[in-house]
Amino acid sequence: MTHLAEVPAWVALLTALFLLIGAGLTLIGSFGLLRFDTFYARIHAPTLGSTLGVGFVLIASMLFFTVLESRLVIHEVLITALMIVTTPITLMLLGRAALYRDRTEGNDDVPPSQATVVKPDVVIPEATGDQPPPA
Amino acid sequence: MIAEILVWSILVAQILLVLAMGCAVYRMLKGPRAQDRVLGLDTLYVNATMLLLTFGIRTASILYFEAALIIALLGFVSTAALAKFLMRGEVIE
Repeated sequence: MTHLAEVPAWVALLTALFLLIGAGLTLIGSFGLLRFDTFYARIHAPTLGSTLGVGFVLIASMLFFTVLESRLVIHEVLITALMIVTTPITLMLLGRAALYRDRTEGNDDVPPSQATVVKPDVVIPEATGDQPPPA
Repeated sequence: MIAEILVWSILVAQILLVLAMGCAVYRMLKGPRAQDRVLGLDTLYVNATMLLLTFGIRTASILYFEAALIIALLGFVSTAALAKFLMRGEVIE
């Protein structure tokens, strides 16, 4: 652990703070996986870890390696960009797959598909009287 | 003194991340339906990425970063493929 003593104090404190915040937010998000009741509520919980958690840990890593190696180390931006691009895609795919499965099994607690909604009554705009007649 | 604070906070962050991975593993093993298991696997990948980055800070090694990048990539591909499988019944049509 000799290299950890080489960085100045403010860098060490900031790195420790960012690491603790990131890991704590990730734990809160993953704990939401246990606490929420339905799948559609659970799918929102771990995004706290994959946005803010990853962000804080990567900022800590960038700061630490930049000061330790006395040059600009920003290749952690790759992981950040990858997470920002891929997390919405995967979770939207997963949510739509779950919705499809629930609809085909006929569960009542999901909204029906747009194609099967029967419109009960169409409101005629002339009935209100204050609109101009159609030309 | 300052180095000790950094060492201990890295250790605490690793413990928190391992607890988060435990939550994800519980949801992956217990999850009532298949989509819950896939969601737990995705969370596990993200948490493993962060755990590898903290190992990299602890040992001042760049190698852990590349492992974390590979795990993030594989996590995206596997979750997308599993979601496609849940939706369509097969991955490559």
